[in-house]
Amino acid sequence: MKMGLFNDRKGPAMLSPSAGKKLLNNRLIFSLLVLMVVVVQNIITTPNFFEITMTNGLLSGYIPNILDEASELIIVTMGMTLVIAASGGVDLSVGPIMAIAASFCGLLLNGSEYRTDVYHSPYFLAILFGLVGAALCGAFNGFLVSRLKIQPMIATLILFTAGRSIAKQITHGQTIYIMNPTYKWLGVQIPGIPIRTTILVSIAIVILVVLLVKLTSLGLYIQSVGINGSAARLVGLNSRVIKFMAFVICGILAGVAGLVSSSSVGSVNSGELGLSIEMDAILAVALGGNNLGGGKFSIAGSVIGAYTIQAITTTLYAMNVRADQLNVFKAIIIIVIIVASSEVFKEKVNRLFRHITKKNVPVGGLSDERQ
Amino acid sequence: MSKTKNLQNPPSVIMTGIGKSFPGVRALNQVDFKLRRGEIHALMGENGAGKSTLVKVLTGVYPMDEGKVRLDGVPVVIRSPQDAQKHGISTVYQEVNLCPNLSVAENLFLGREPRSMGLIDWRKMNLKASELLQKLNISANPTAQLDSYSIAIQQMIAIARAINTECAFLILDEPTSSLDADEVNKIFTLMRQLRDNGVGIIFITHFLEQVYEICDRITVLRNGELVGEYEVDKLSRFELVTKMMGKEIENLSELSVDRDESRFQGEEPIIEARALSSGSKKVAPFDLKMYRGEVVGFSGLLGSGRSELVRTVYGADKPVQGQFFIRGKNVRIRKPLDAMKQGMAYLPEDRKVDGIFPELSVRENIIIALQAKTGMFKRIRRKEMEKYADQYIDLLNIKTANIETPIKSLSGGNQQKVILARWLLTNPEFMILDEPTRGIDVGTKTEIQRLILKLASENKSIAFISSEMDEMIRTCSRMVVMRDRHKVGELTQGNLDQSTIIRTIAGGDNEDGAV
Repeated sequence: MKMGLFNDRKGPAMLSPSAGKKLLNNRLIFSLLVLMVVVVQNIITTPNFFEITMTNGLLSGYIPNILDEASELIIVTMGMTLVIAASGGVDLSVGPIMAIAASFCGLLLNGSEYRTDVYHSPYFLAILFGLVGAALCGAFNGFLVSRLKIQPMIATLILFTAGRSIAKQITHGQTIYIMNPTYKWLGVQIPGIPIRTTILVSIAIVILVVLLVKLTSLGLYIQSVGINGSAARLVGLNSRVIKFMAFVICGILAGVAGLVSSSSVGSVNSGELGLSIEMDAILAVALGGNNLGGGKFSIAGSVIGAYTIQAITTTLYAMNVRADQLNVFKAIIIIVIIVASSEVFKEKVNRLFRHITKKNVPVGGLSDERQ
Repeated sequence: MSKTKNLQNPPSVIMTGIGKSFPGVRALNQVDFKLRRGEIHALMGENGAGKSTLVKVLTGVYPMDEGKVRLDGVPVVIRSPQDAQKHGISTVYQEVNLCPNLSVAENLFLGREPRSMGLIDWRKMNLKASELLQKLNISANPTAQLDSYSIAIQQMIAIARAINTECAFLILDEPTSSLDADEVNKIFTLMRQLRDNGVGIIFITHFLEQVYEICDRITVLRNGELVGEYEVDKLSRFELVTKMMGKEIENLSELSVDRDESRFQGEEPIIEARALSSGSKKVAPFDLKMYRGEVVGFSGLLGSGRSELVRTVYGADKPVQGQFFIRGKNVRIRKPLDAMKQGMAYLPEDRKVDGIFPELSVRENIIIALQAKTGMFKRIRRKEMEKYADQYIDLLNIKTANIETPIKSLSGGNQQKVILARWLLTNPEFMILDEPTRGIDVGTKTEIQRLILKLASENKSIAFISSEMDEMIRTCSRMVVMRDRHKVGELTQGNLDQSTIIRTIAGGDNEDGAV
């Protein structure tokens, strides 16, 4: 019914876009493709890839492993996606913010010995404190970017440089070990639930962000501000507030990732927590087909991008690639993805495609088909 | 005028059977086009007729799907704009495509600077630049920074740059759309000079007067198809518009305006400004009253402050002094959202820079203002959005593949209609329309003018700015005249004619022949 309505308007000159070209123009397709290749490669080399067993009351195996290890990255990537879309810049300080959040949490829990078998404050209060700390960091970034109009990369460079020192000051330069078993609930397992909590948390965060973006008009606002700031202002949007919010959300999510990360190792080590996660997060956003210049974004794309990165890492480890070689292989794969999804490359392929079809199909036939 | 001198030259550029499709649209279908040396050839058509596409195919920006191009009898395939330049085809676009922070000479020779021993020979470059400028009678200093000159001069420098690459064929894509009459004349002088030197010029414009003033031939396109090629002298304006529209349009002057201002006696103005100003660099303090159901025009030359005045009313430029009343209530408008909440709407002058969100869909572009007004946590339901979008697409006859098409793939006129839809959806009582008809086709222009009068008859108050005086005289019941950032007069009923307006704009003896 609707189609008829539109056809009317279009007149006879319209034609339906060919499915193949549409697919090629979808940037996401390449990371999906790589993800599939990685999975297929795993199926071939690792016969027990799909095997899921129960060990110590937890589901384990390759797939639960990848999901578990990707969870921090996923959480951070969600925030990064919003920051990139709204500001056209990146948040470099997500790793240090993770450390700061965990340090605040540790500060409230720990006693004099930097070992906590007994909590000195309620656990949930410590979590809240950690998240507030992270939100403040995000607000600081947001203030620099939205109010003082500093480029996001430069603004977040401040906390990128200083963040880990701040975290160290909070914990008096010590690594805090937390021995109370309940601390591991967030990062390992809640007794009785056979799935690692990290996986559940990351899924919950993705759902939360999707709801936030889809149920409110935050998603539309962020895209509008990211695409055309001056038009956004004229239709009544406050781009300052929207950019600020993106950074605060990004900070809070980094905080969540920090708490999860510290919980899974049972300690707060501000020098190691979330080290160089910012680059993986930016990459995940890019692999997800999002424009790093801001504007339109896709949460699903970012999730797939993050899983792709993690799947590559896990697979390379499984193939006995040494940790110091890992980044080289990762880089090669990523170059291939980025090149394959670039406009220039696509245009070349398109041209080749046209060339082939033109040779095979007589001109008259082609135009008939188009009508 | 030596208009017909070169009319008999044989065609040098011959395009035959050109076809080009984009996803969802057949932009060109079996189009033929011929260009001769020493003629100025107008390429006319409504928005979406295929003018730009045809030019982009000729200059290698888009590969064509079918058809042939012959240059002086030799079949050629032009793969890129560089390729086109090698064949002597240069293009100057509507927006000046130069680097504003470089010097005039640098802009003229960018990418082909004269060199000695691998380094740029600045002396030679500046010398050659000033020769070129002199030859073309352009009064610009080669060493001055480009943006120290007006858009008209910059446009002429862009033409000079194009000429300098040994061009035999020059394409001018709406070079005059942002120029005032005097500046247009300068460009025309330059164009005539080039034509007499044997350059073949394709001229794309929306101004009919300009076509009849300078062109030798006209090729009309409609919906991606060729309507025909005509000699200017043998095609009346009426016939031309008819061919462009594909139907006989009603005479524009039939639009009737009630200019009787006395009907507002004793009524409360919807908006009133008292000594409002956004700083002396933008607009000097002004008083303004506007009533329900009237269309008020704001005229003046480019840069006279007419846009700045309405921007101040809307809060797009923050007022720094004065008072503002809406429906008799004193309010402070600090930002656009304040104005929107008071029932105002503002269609900005520059559609691309301030209007559209190119990657967002037509639907999103339509509902964005309403959504911004209702707030982040009161999201308009998807079904409702679609309903609104469909409704306005029908109402304003917007041509789009569907409501999820990104607005950037629509033609200019249709983009403008989407922005109108965006504001109509907020149900404003007071609308500011700054150049709503610029750069769009005749048909859409008429539609928009009708819409303006219809809105006024529905008791809305409309501030209307247009560079085309006819259009304003036809639609406005009152005209505010601006000069040098000051409001210099208001013309009503008896005074509202072209010559009075021009006299008031120009200043001099009849300065306050107004209310």
